[in-house]
Amino acid sequence: MPKITVPLGPQHPALKEPGSFLLCLEGEQIVDATLRLGYNHRGVEKAAESRNYIQAMYLIERVCGICSHAHATAYVMNVEELAGADVPKRAKAIRVIIGELERLHSHLLWLGVAAHEIGFDTLFMYSWRDREMVMDALETISGNRVHYSMNTPGGVRRDITAEQVKTVLAKVEALERRIKYYIDLATQEPTVIARTKGVGVLPKDEAVKRCAAGPLARASGVARDVRKDDPYLLYGELDFKLITSDACDVFGRLYVRAFEMLESCKILKQVLNWLPEGAISVKIPVKLPPGQAVNRYEAPRGEDVHYLKSDGGLNPARVKVRAPTLANFTSVDYMLKGDQLADAAIIIAAIDPCFSCTDRATIVTPAGTGIMSWRDMRSHGIEFYKKKGIDFSKVKVF
Amino acid sequence: MARPLKALGEVLNNLFKKPATSQYPVKKHTPAERYRARIKFTPEECIGCNICMRNCPANAITIKQINLEAKPQTLPDGKVVPAKRKFKCVIDLSRCIYCAQCVDGCPKKALKSTDEFELAAFDKKALQDEFKHPDETAK
Repeated sequence: MPKITVPLGPQHPALKEPGSFLLCLEGEQIVDATLRLGYNHRGVEKAAESRNYIQAMYLIERVCGICSHAHATAYVMNVEELAGADVPKRAKAIRVIIGELERLHSHLLWLGVAAHEIGFDTLFMYSWRDREMVMDALETISGNRVHYSMNTPGGVRRDITAEQVKTVLAKVEALERRIKYYIDLATQEPTVIARTKGVGVLPKDEAVKRCAAGPLARASGVARDVRKDDPYLLYGELDFKLITSDACDVFGRLYVRAFEMLESCKILKQVLNWLPEGAISVKIPVKLPPGQAVNRYEAPRGEDVHYLKSDGGLNPARVKVRAPTLANFTSVDYMLKGDQLADAAIIIAAIDPCFSCTDRATIVTPAGTGIMSWRDMRSHGIEFYKKKGIDFSKVKVF
Repeated sequence: MARPLKALGEVLNNLFKKPATSQYPVKKHTPAERYRARIKFTPEECIGCNICMRNCPANAITIKQINLEAKPQTLPDGKVVPAKRKFKCVIDLSRCIYCAQCVDGCPKKALKSTDEFELAAFDKKALQDEFKHPDETAK
């Protein structure tokens, strides 16, 4: 059978953001897949270097629309580490509350998107309707639905009142009942099982080799979660389970995310019922002492790594963001191989990709190549055109 | 264990419920108490410290002094009274990201966040939110 190459993307209705997947097909079966990223490069890291620490925080928050709190918190933890600030416990608790509400909203959003990709639009509509409860809870606490802007270097910007605790608790409890229903629905409905079981298989050893992160790794049986491995904020003191699955397929990823939502509800109830008293922020100097800091944060999609370097000035000297999707993309080509073309959309969607979080400029210099200076490039150009019979050496540039 | 038609009960239930979506343009939306939208500026309160301008992530705020000729006055008893500086402000709504960092940073509470969120305009000039000092308007 002849092999044909079908491009999926850069612009494709199945993809929520641009990204290019070249699928080599033999009939309906995918035999090879190539991935190309870089359609969403925004230069966030460079832009952060021209802003002060407070301005850069709002910029970093906008790296991702779904896990905005994850990025902002990881960045702010770096700033606090450099400043040597002792963040109040109440601020940490509020960060955990927003972080877990964000996880709930991200996973419900993913459940809807995944249901839509497999053609189960009823589940998509219902899960997104109930996601509104989380969005309302976030709006009550922070003021806005998507960019909460709760963080500030040294703590959080807004306190949670006793009344808000009650509202949010009621919402979390209502949501927990709905999530239990969705778990029943998604794990027992034959259409969901037929479209997800045995699709996009990523064995455990392959997941470890390809450095998978977050729910993708946990669905392949790799018990890896920053909240457990390297507890930040208050996670060390909270009681919650690490959800893993040995299914290694899309169904496993669905299972992990669904049960993680229940764990998030459990964490939320613990923290909301036990909010430490005290201040919500401490002062941080405008200029940070020179140094470097690295912090990890378990974003809804996986491990989020942030690096910050300060040279003692007003602005950060270097900001580096490693979004979890970048770690997960390396597994996509493996998962696509051997599956049907019709399953490509759900396999890509199953890692919960966030293309624009991921795109960073990378300079690749393979063996035999190097970086040229302006003068070298000029003489190289003159030589190149001399061979073609054009002499540019008399043209003055420098 | 697979159980067909699992969602049927929920679907039938929802057939007889009101729509979950809000009827927005017909029914006005009331945002949360802490909602951040259009920023209001009170020129009389401003002392020109520029903290808001320095910390604005989108460079959306411009605050200018309108009475540059104002000089410190010396009272008959030798005391020097600093010049009463007056300011006007322009907030570029097309640049503003509504984080309300300026509201948090203002030491005199001259900036306030309101819940006006219907800010779309046909004219780009309408997005330049100008707050004149009352003395300037009187002239």
